[in-house]
Amino acid sequence: MYPEYLAGSLKEVDRTRAKRLELAKSGNPVYPPMNAEERKDVLSKYHPDFTKGARSKIRVGPNKGEELTTEITELLEAHSMVEPRLMDIHLREPDYETDLLIIGGGGAGCWAAITAMQNGVNSMLVTKLRLGDSNSMMSEGGMQAAVAPQDSPTRHYLDAIGGGHFENNPELVRILTEDGPEVVKELERLGVIWDKQADGTMQVLHGGGTSRKRMVSCRDYIGAIITRTLMDEVHNHPDKIQVREFEPAVELVLDDKGRCSGAILYSLDTEQFLTVKAKATIITTGGFGRLHIRGFATTNHYGATGDGLVMAYRAGAKLAFMDSVQYHPTGAVFPEQIAGFLITEKIRGAGGQPLNKNGELFVFPREPRDIESAAIIRECSADRNMGVETYAGRTGVWLDSPIIDMIHGEGFTKHQFPGMCRQFNRFGIDITKQPMLIYPSLHYQNGGVEINGRCETNIPGLYVAGEASGGVHGRNRLMGNSVLDYNVFGRRAGQHASEYAKSVTLGKLNLDHVTSHVKELKANKIETDLVSPMILPSYTPEDVKIQQLARLGSAPARHSMLRSRISPGDKRSAAE
Amino acid sequence: MSRKPVSKAPAGKQDKSLDQPKPKARMVTVYIMGKRHVVPEHATIMRAIEYSGQQIIRGAGCREGFCGACGTIYRLPGDYKIHSGLACTTLVQEGMSLTQIPAVPMEKAIYDVEKLSPDVDTIKRLYPVVFRCVACNTCTKSCPQGIQVMDYIQAAKRGDIAAIMDLSFDCVACGLCALRCPAEIVQHKVGVLGRRLYGRYLAKESKELGARIKQVESGQFDEEYASLMGMDKASLSKMYYERDIEP
Ligand code: SF4
Ligand code: SF4
Ligand code: FES
Repeated sequence: MYPEYLAGSLKEVDRTRAKRLELAKSGNPVYPPMNAEERKDVLSKYHPDFTKGARSKIRVGPNKGEELTTEITELLEAHSMVEPRLMDIHLREPDYETDLLIIGGGGAGCWAAITAMQNGVNSMLVTKLRLGDSNSMMSEGGMQAAVAPQDSPTRHYLDAIGGGHFENNPELVRILTEDGPEVVKELERLGVIWDKQADGTMQVLHGGGTSRKRMVSCRDYIGAIITRTLMDEVHNHPDKIQVREFEPAVELVLDDKGRCSGAILYSLDTEQFLTVKAKATIITTGGFGRLHIRGFATTNHYGATGDGLVMAYRAGAKLAFMDSVQYHPTGAVFPEQIAGFLITEKIRGAGGQPLNKNGELFVFPREPRDIESAAIIRECSADRNMGVETYAGRTGVWLDSPIIDMIHGEGFTKHQFPGMCRQFNRFGIDITKQPMLIYPSLHYQNGGVEINGRCETNIPGLYVAGEASGGVHGRNRLMGNSVLDYNVFGRRAGQHASEYAKSVTLGKLNLDHVTSHVKELKANKIETDLVSPMILPSYTPEDVKIQQLARLGSAPARHSMLRSRISPGDKRSAAE
Repeated sequence: MSRKPVSKAPAGKQDKSLDQPKPKARMVTVYIMGKRHVVPEHATIMRAIEYSGQQIIRGAGCREGFCGACGTIYRLPGDYKIHSGLACTTLVQEGMSLTQIPAVPMEKAIYDVEKLSPDVDTIKRLYPVVFRCVACNTCTKSCPQGIQVMDYIQAAKRGDIAAIMDLSFDCVACGLCALRCPAEIVQHKVGVLGRRLYGRYLAKESKELGARIKQVESGQFDEEYASLMGMDKASLSKMYYERDIEP
């Protein structure tokens, strides 16, 4: 239920609806889409990536000297959890040996294991939490795939590369868009249930930045339906795919020829460091929303702490586009308990409209995400002051959902958005009758480890797929292209890495890159109390954290206290 | 609550999890695994556990009601019932006594989807346990998603695959129903099987999809791709902003 103080603004939304419905039915855009200059202007003035302090220069590693997202720079300039000297014996006698190590149990990781198996290679899949605990599981709205007759993969290409401001790697965009239809088919063969019309035609909807209706969907549970199907398939082959849960990787291992040869895992149950020797390694660790970049709320999974980036970077892999972050235009602002909760873009695809406090349209509802987000931030900023404030101190704009049933017919919302309806119903809000209050929420890591069309990195034997990789989306991803990304590149990574694993013979394993990282930190006089990868964020109140630190007498760490132990001899800055 | 609107938080402070409760937040007493803690009344069970100083390792995933990692059982004062819910979406209440369920042991049937038939024989073979259902409805009552769990188990007994699919669609696999079931049925595993069978065998085939895949395979778009990939930024940009948009 909305509190009394929002009633006035809610009335405005109701008042303007009839007129807006007329507009929506006219077939013309309900608000003029921005041209190139307008886009540039709103981005540079209001997008969080461009605010002061959002980026800082990294002083170590392959991207040395480049400006990266500040929180990433800090994580990459942090201490390793592993002391290489103490690991020698384990490197000689690894705890596990496998042909293919897959780090990360989301959609891309599951696919990689499945396609490797189809190619005759067994694998070990290690993951921080449970199999399937990932951002893949949480995608709601849909996946882009050019399946409709009036659409084409090349149109999809143009939309994706335009959305990414023409900076995406063309080779990767081609693979992404060209594989789309086949991925739809493959998923259906595994048992994914697509939304279809009565005659079997795929249902397609618009998403932000699409020029054709291209969004295929599974009601508003696409991630759950796809990921659970892939997980079930993985679990159907326990003899070929070994799954290790609650055993995240924390460092990669190289051999004497500089090839990736496995990883060091850290068991969350027993706090043991375990060594895996593997002929090929695929990183599918996903994104970094739980770093709460610029303090934003996030739509991301508990484990989304960018671990794969840290490991790969320390081993010498180059990162791409790690200076840009995606904020989803529509995160929930009310009720407070679900602040940050993702409200699927499919709502706008189906006709939902963002409105200011007077119930007026102020932006075309389906701009690419960065543009839409920046426009919402602008509307709420002191420059315009047209946002709606909540007593919890948040600001947002309305997202008019009741208009959807008026466009598509009664019952449409209930059937197409069961997840949204349920989430708001818990708090007494019926989204078919009342709008939702929204504000941009930290959503996606646009960049990542640089890959080529074979998902290879600059380290032989190291492959990356899904959100952890960089280049597919340039500096801005369109809705539905991440679900496609983890399916397309997860599959491909499994194929290419398993092929490579068939022929490789490993040399002596080492962690020399970790030793060099320590030296580099010292040489650059970098003092930090941060240990990375972060593994889990900490939501412990500050006062509790301080009491937890009595033993080491340092400043509260920003990450999980369980993993903040660096030996007392190490220098720690007390600056935090 | 009739507090004055506080000054607008900057974008940088819009975080649900880092946001510590205001000093004046009303507090409630809860018992987390038997131990008394005082936590803000607007907290979800998950945030209350974290507020008490614990780091959750097993028992949190998506934090938004999708993954089923956070199944929790609790009792309330003066109420004999055992309640169940998701820690990430259930709010605490005064006197609540709770514990999370770190994992739900259960056996999944192993199968090759390519070799199954979408009917009751498959159910009989893979999950014969469903026929033990005594129609007590405990599963439905314990489901945090409000799913008609008993109905989809009954559908499984009839071999009505479409109904299993439709009814179990929103299942988050928390396993709370399975823990309460007197017949020891593994409901959500049956649900996954039903959905996969439906998607694989019963969904109507899409003709345009097959046609599109053929076009791609025959190289119909190769030329257009080559020309797009060869374009410089300026001409690509021109083409992008001039493209027509389907209403
Ligand atoms: S059906 Fe069972 S496993 Fe699925 S959400 Fe409901 S209680 Fe959880
Ligand atoms: S709890 Fe078990 S026995 Fe009771 S209705 Fe549900 S499935 Fe049947
Ligand atoms: S944490 Fe995923 S459902 Fe609660």
